[in-house]
Amino acid sequence: MATRWFGAPVQRKEDPRLLRGRGTYVDDIDLPEMLHAAILRSTHAHARILHIDVSAARSLPGVHLVLTADDLGNVLEPSPLLVPHAALTQPRTQLPLARDTVHYVGEAVAMVVADSRYVAEDALDLIEVEYEPLPVVSSLEIAASEDAPLVHDDVPGNVAAHLVQTVGDPDGVFDSAPHVIREKMVMDRGAAMPMECRGVLARWEAQEGMLTCWISTQGPIPIRNGLAAIFGLPEHKVRVVAPDVGGGFGTKIMMFYPEEILVPFAAIQLGRPVKWIEDRREHFISANQERSQIHEVEYAFDDQGHLLAVRDRFLHDTGAYTPYGIIVPIITACTLPGPYRLKNYYSEFTVLYTNKVPVSPYRGAGRPHAVFVMERIMDGIARKLQLDRLEVRSRNFIQPDEFPWDVGLVYQDGGPTKYDSGNYPAALEKIREMLEYDSFAERQEQARKQGRYIGVGVGCYVEGTGIGPYEGAMVRVESDGRVYVSTGVTSQGQAHYTTFAQIVADQLGVDPKDVLVTTGDTQAFYWGVGTYASRAATVAGSAVHMAAVKVREKARQVAADLFEASPDDIELVDGKVFVKDAPHRALTLGQVAISANPLRYSYGENARQLMSMKLAGPRPGPALPAERGSPGLEATGFYSPPHGSFASGIHGAIIEVDPTTGDVKFLKYVAVHDCGRVINPVVVEGQVHGGVAQGIGGAFFERLVYDEEGQLTNASFMDYLLPTAAEIPPLLVEHIETPSPLNPLGVKGAGEAGVIPVPALFASALDDALAPFGIRILEMPLHPCRLYELLQEARA
Amino acid sequence: MFEQDENYTTFTEEATISVTVNGSHYERQVPVRLLLSDFLRHELHLTGTHIGCEHGVCGCCTVLVNGEAVRSCLMFAVQADGMAITTIEGMAGSNSDLHPIQQAFMEKHGLQCGFCTPGIIMTAHALLHDRLDWTEEELRHELSGNICRCTGYQNIVEAVKLAAERLREQQMEVE
Repeated sequence: MATRWFGAPVQRKEDPRLLRGRGTYVDDIDLPEMLHAAILRSTHAHARILHIDVSAARSLPGVHLVLTADDLGNVLEPSPLLVPHAALTQPRTQLPLARDTVHYVGEAVAMVVADSRYVAEDALDLIEVEYEPLPVVSSLEIAASEDAPLVHDDVPGNVAAHLVQTVGDPDGVFDSAPHVIREKMVMDRGAAMPMECRGVLARWEAQEGMLTCWISTQGPIPIRNGLAAIFGLPEHKVRVVAPDVGGGFGTKIMMFYPEEILVPFAAIQLGRPVKWIEDRREHFISANQERSQIHEVEYAFDDQGHLLAVRDRFLHDTGAYTPYGIIVPIITACTLPGPYRLKNYYSEFTVLYTNKVPVSPYRGAGRPHAVFVMERIMDGIARKLQLDRLEVRSRNFIQPDEFPWDVGLVYQDGGPTKYDSGNYPAALEKIREMLEYDSFAERQEQARKQGRYIGVGVGCYVEGTGIGPYEGAMVRVESDGRVYVSTGVTSQGQAHYTTFAQIVADQLGVDPKDVLVTTGDTQAFYWGVGTYASRAATVAGSAVHMAAVKVREKARQVAADLFEASPDDIELVDGKVFVKDAPHRALTLGQVAISANPLRYSYGENARQLMSMKLAGPRPGPALPAERGSPGLEATGFYSPPHGSFASGIHGAIIEVDPTTGDVKFLKYVAVHDCGRVINPVVVEGQVHGGVAQGIGGAFFERLVYDEEGQLTNASFMDYLLPTAAEIPPLLVEHIETPSPLNPLGVKGAGEAGVIPVPALFASALDDALAPFGIRILEMPLHPCRLYELLQEARA
Repeated sequence: MFEQDENYTTFTEEATISVTVNGSHYERQVPVRLLLSDFLRHELHLTGTHIGCEHGVCGCCTVLVNGEAVRSCLMFAVQADGMAITTIEGMAGSNSDLHPIQQAFMEKHGLQCGFCTPGIIMTAHALLHDRLDWTEEELRHELSGNICRCTGYQNIVEAVKLAAERLREQQMEVE
């Protein structure tokens, strides 16, 4: 089978629509009779609700419904706990509306439904809530302190979870190691900040008993299942659609956000469609966040710079609830060894509650933290032994002939942390060339003579991607020859409409433009999980491939009957199906599809032409031979990976620091990326670019600043700085392909990669640039003021 | 009761406005507090103009008002009375080819989720109407009023450069 489309830089099929302003994001859907919801949110980080008075709001003209916890009946249940874990001994999840106590600023307290959003927000102002403030746990340090106030009365020490994993004999190694260094590293909060905030539109059709929800989400199928259970409906009577989604980056894989229950509840109660669109202020205080951890790490190494053992104890801030279990800290623990031969590793983490927005995965999902720690270790070894930083990494790399490499840890999916393939030394060599690393010291020396502080840094990572449990896909050739594909994953800009079409196009010998892909609609595909953990291309892509292979084989079987040939001799090329070496006698793929569906009559040009041909058949008249199993050219495929596939990469940057202002400019940014076989290089590069930009944001601009009262003090784009085109440097991306042996396509995930090594390499480059000051960066994110402070401290 | 609040009655006040959007004339009675962005999206159903922050920073809602790139979330619909507005829907006719800027974004993979894209294209349109000889550094500065969370900007900058090049060629052909 000739491969033409897989690997090609095919232009995106979704673009013309989006470029013309014809995308369909949730807020673009206006339904007849639709009402609008607004949410009253807690103004306190921790308080008892003494009384709520909604009478004035209820009597405001244009208001149709005001809900508090007391109005929710049996829907007032804590959200389900996603991915439970034995170590998560004190899970807590959120009620759709807070009942007795609020646990963070932004927690939903009441909802108003009105004729317009404007009136709904007027009504929010009329709701009076009497709070009794309680002591606030506004940081990890406070949460962990002795006699700390409790976020949840019944959770002692604010400890949600505690997990220890050990590989080898770290204690034994530490006892005899030539060198041991102990350091504390701190990472503070950031957030995904997709450009489209969250949104929910619900319609209840009483006659049909059908609930339809359009939600800006990464996981419509689990939400469908959950809503069916909550509202006592058959699953097939709940349709959840993730239409065009304006970015997710993890924050939209969370379920249930309260509004995902409240809005359908209101729509059912009122018998009218209800829409709620999150505004940016709400997004800052109610959409999940990530990143806060404090690591106390010890590392042991020999005189040659070989890392012998690591002991890492860290605190992880989960915010007020644990809706997503302890996925993020588990990923941190399992990502820390990275591309290095770490045979003795003690990992211990404690997950603590704080009175802040709940934490769930944000692009990178615990990995940037781990890579920061491990790459700081590599630089720490180099500094101590006066070795080159790349040389130390090189000495510790797992070698290309050592795969599969079992790290010895249990990964987030319960499977082994087992690297399937990779070539880290090759990536490092490429980075060395792209950075012109070997001549950098000379350039740096010259710059310093001119009073300029430039530095180079690298960050190496291994990323667990493509985890299970499974995804599925359906592929069907329709009578006109076009191919229809549906799958349960969603798209938030990753080009699935194009990449999945490329996969199918190769198998069925058609142009990707004739392959129409639907994602994120529970009515189009029933089974699946969602788009997260860099898994859509790997897991759903493999399912698409498997379904397409089945359809191809069926097409060959049907055509073989018609041509009285062997299925092995049938070829599918350019939308035609013919016997090998006899392409003059060909059917279109659409004609084969018609033949595969033995009706008494068929419609359309393909059918007319087919009727006029003198072709053989299983027997005179319409018949469906038993061996074909089912009519039509249609098949469903499911793919379940044995365990995650591990992508990898190395990024490098050259920066310049202005020590008088603390400002930093990227002079060069390069990345070498290995996600196995690349389906579409342009798409993968785009993913890396976007990830790097988010990484730079997370390293130097974006920090959510909470005050002691648990108030987020920079909850706007004026104050929380997302990087713009002026801050992000030109990016140079190169690929290495070490195919994954785990799936039929040889692919690995690419979605999160870009963001992962950025804080690490930024710290490395800063250390290097500021070596004359003896700076060692042990915290992220930084910003010019903080860097200036660190410089002042170093000078003093 | 709130109805008796004098302040509230001012919020329900309405006014009649007449605007030209993408060449079509509209006359509508609107609440005086209705944002231009909401007017375009929900009164005229031109939903290509997106809302990303409603405080004038992200640039998703950028439209052209009398040729100037403007944040439609920072303007009331009544302030647009008598003005001519162009939105993303007005960039290319329904069956015609994409506008050179849109085409360049497609060729350079200048968009991923597509949410910020209409605003960036409107900003680019205003920029390239002013001048076609922007340097990359100038372009990056000029585009810094539009936030994109997906692309890392590289391909956006590449797309605007390509569009400028094509528009220059078109201009030379005309001359």
